[in-house]
This record gives sequence, structure tokens and C-alpha cells, in this order.
Amino acid sequence: MLDLDLTYRRGDFTLTARFAAGPGLTAITGPSGAGKTTLLNLIAGLLRPATGHIRLDGVALTDLPPHRRRIGYVFQEARLFPHLSVRQNLRYGRLFARHPAPATLADITDLLDIGPLLDRRPRDLSGGEKQRVAIGRALLAAPRLILLDEPLAALDAARKAELLPYLARLHDQMRLPMLYVTHHPAELRGLAGGWLRVAGGMAAPAPAPDQ
Amino acid sequence: MADWFTAEEWTAIALSLKVAAWATLVSLPPGVAVAWLLARRPFPGRILLDGLVHLPLVLPPVVTGYILLILFGRQGPLGKLLAEIGIVLAFNWTGAVLACAVMAFPLLVRAIRLSLEAVDTRLEQAAGTLGAPPWAVFATVTLPLALPGVVAGAILCFAKALGEFGATITFVSNIPGVTQTLPSAIYSHLQVPGGDGPALRLTLVSAAIAIIALVASELLARRVRRRVEGTDA
Repeated sequence: MLDLDLTYRRGDFTLTARFAAGPGLTAITGPSGAGKTTLLNLIAGLLRPATGHIRLDGVALTDLPPHRRRIGYVFQEARLFPHLSVRQNLRYGRLFARHPAPATLADITDLLDIGPLLDRRPRDLSGGEKQRVAIGRALLAAPRLILLDEPLAALDAARKAELLPYLARLHDQMRLPMLYVTHHPAELRGLAGGWLRVAGGMAAPAPAPDQ
Repeated sequence: MADWFTAEEWTAIALSLKVAAWATLVSLPPGVAVAWLLARRPFPGRILLDGLVHLPLVLPPVVTGYILLILFGRQGPLGKLLAEIGIVLAFNWTGAVLACAVMAFPLLVRAIRLSLEAVDTRLEQAAGTLGAPPWAVFATVTLPLALPGVVAGAILCFAKALGEFGATITFVSNIPGVTQTLPSAIYSHLQVPGGDGPALRLTLVSAAIAIIALVASELLARRVRRRVEGTDA
């Protein structure tokens, strides 16, 4: 259970977030520039709130640096390490994790269908392959929560259709709480258990958009 | 080939290579540290540190050499301190290492700083969310990605150290077999009648070493760049 109540300020921009997100997938929607990515960065510890708190399963995260939060983050651009192979990228989090991986490398490569890519470098992957590797990399670091920031945004329709089944499988098999930012709520029909809307400087629970 | 040069000239060639190699080695760790401070840590006094690092580039070399002599000479405040733990820099080849390192430091820091600034901080953030503490992010992401610049800086430092003359001769003088590097040997030859021939031979040696170093550096830098960019696999 993620529970937060905070305010973030930067110049004229203020974001107030007050919500709790349970297990399963919580979809985050809202207009561009409203602060959806800012919200994820606050949860991951890449930004610091002016006031308030963030708790995950009862543990206060607010004062922890990102590397001690155990929050997986799949960015809009995959952000794979270009100097490492796919295998090394996937194992990167294992170098530091003090907790057993939720699944073996083989399980993850099966789940995401990236086995044949292990010895390649990120620059030789397609956009969809990169995002699958980024998801696998985040999972293997043994996170307690996964943040996905429009992981499909950089992909064309065909690639999106290719990646969606993996996300559904992820959802069914990993049983991790996930926060998923999207501009296309239809993508998450049937997957999302809860909805948040970020608009007008507020992030708060919202009814499912009718699409 | 051994009899192309006198024993003294061989010594000067060997000493030059030794001094340049050590100057590069001892400059690298502080060079990376200072470059990182300048590139990534805004702190009060950053402009001052930047200026101090670049000082040897704009001061006449003889002034830098003289400052080193004042600080690290046998009677200098730092020289005395070092002498107590058995390190003598003045009129010693180790002093030549210090002079060359100081003179080459701005070039080294500049190259490393530029490459550190070019590293995508978003990759560093990603490493943090995967559990890597800041030191590990630096060791596994930042530094490997900046490696082409570090290599280029080290080569530049080596080349500059090979050619350093003014600060070296001021600080450690020009003692054959002890502190006489290639440039000082050429200078000595030019001071005596009939020294043109030997001076020319050593000049050719200097040019050959410089060209070999530069070509080797270019090849090395290309290899490192391919590795970092992932085009080698």
C-alpha cells in the first residue's frame, strides 16, 4: 500500500498529492504538463516534496534517497545503459539488491520474451525491445512498487500492441503494485484497478474515465 | 640503433618517458576528482578552484616553476614537510614529475570535465532507482561513459608532460642523468658550439615520440568510444 500526502513547489508550479494506492495497477491520467511525471519522480525520490510524507507498506520513504527506496521505475525513454549488454543491464540491480529477486533472470526473460537479446547492446534493439528490457531490469532489482511513465509513448501502434500483452502478463504474474501514467486510458481497460487524475495542481483519486 | 645516441642522450630519452608516465599517473585521480567537482557540484568557490586549476596554462612556465621552488624547495614549507617523510622533490626527477603534472593538469581536467558534463544524468537517475548508491553510480555509469574523455585527457597530459620545459628547468634544473629530460638536453646542446647536430637528432626523437603517442591515443580513444557506445558488439 502506497500512501502519500504531500506538496511540491517549483517556481509558480505547485502540485498537491493526496491518495493511497493499493495492490494491482493504478492508472494515472491527466493533461500534459499537469505533473504526472513530477508525481512519479517524487515517489521515486528524484524530487523532494516541500512538505508532507510518502509511505510504502507503512515505511516512511520521504527522507530516503532513491537507491534505498526499492521502487522500480520504467521511464518514458528506456534509459538502458549503452555501455552494457542487455544481460548486464538486466542484472544491474542485482549488484546492489539486498533482497532476493522476485524471479530469476530466466523467468524474466521468458515473461518478457527477451531471451534472444541478452548478448546485444541497447543500441541494436527496437523501441519495444528496449522497453521490455527496461521493465525486466526494474523487476530484477526486487522493487516493492513499480512506476511506469508512459512506457508505450515512444512506440507506434504496432509496437504498442506488441508490448501490451507483456504488461498484462506482468500484472497477472508479478503481483506488484504498479503506478502507470498514460495518455490513453483505453490501453489499460481491464488492467487498472484504480484511477488517479493529475490536473490543476492536484493529484487525487478519480472515477475510471469512460472510454 | 644503440650507438645513434650517447649514453647521456639515452638517459634523457628514458627519463622523459618515465617523468611523463608518472606525471600522467599521479594526475589522473585528482584530475577526475576536480573535474567531477567542477562538472557536477555547484559549490561556493567553484570559480576560484576553476581559476586555480587553469593558472599554469596562463602563467609563464618559469613563474610556475619558481612558485614550485618556493613551496617545494628544500627550505619551502611543503618541501620541508615532505623531506621529513623522505620525499625530496627539488633537483630530483620526482620534482620534474610534479612540475610536468602541474603544467599538464589544466588540459587533463578540461578533457575529463567536458566528458563528464556530456554524460546523460538521466542514466545516473535510472541507476539510482535500481539501488546503486551514488559512489556506485559514478563507478559503474558515469566514469565508464566518460572514459573516452578520460583517455583523451590522459594522452594530452602525457604529451604535454613530454614537452614541458620552462617549469621543469626552473624547479629541478638541468642535471644530466638526474633531471635532464629531452627538452632540457636539446637546450643544453644548443648552448655549446657544434651542438646543432645532436640537438637536431634529439628533436627528431621528440617528434617521433609525440607522433607515436598521438596516433596510439587516437586508436585507443576510438576503441574506447566504440565500447562505450556499444558499437563493438
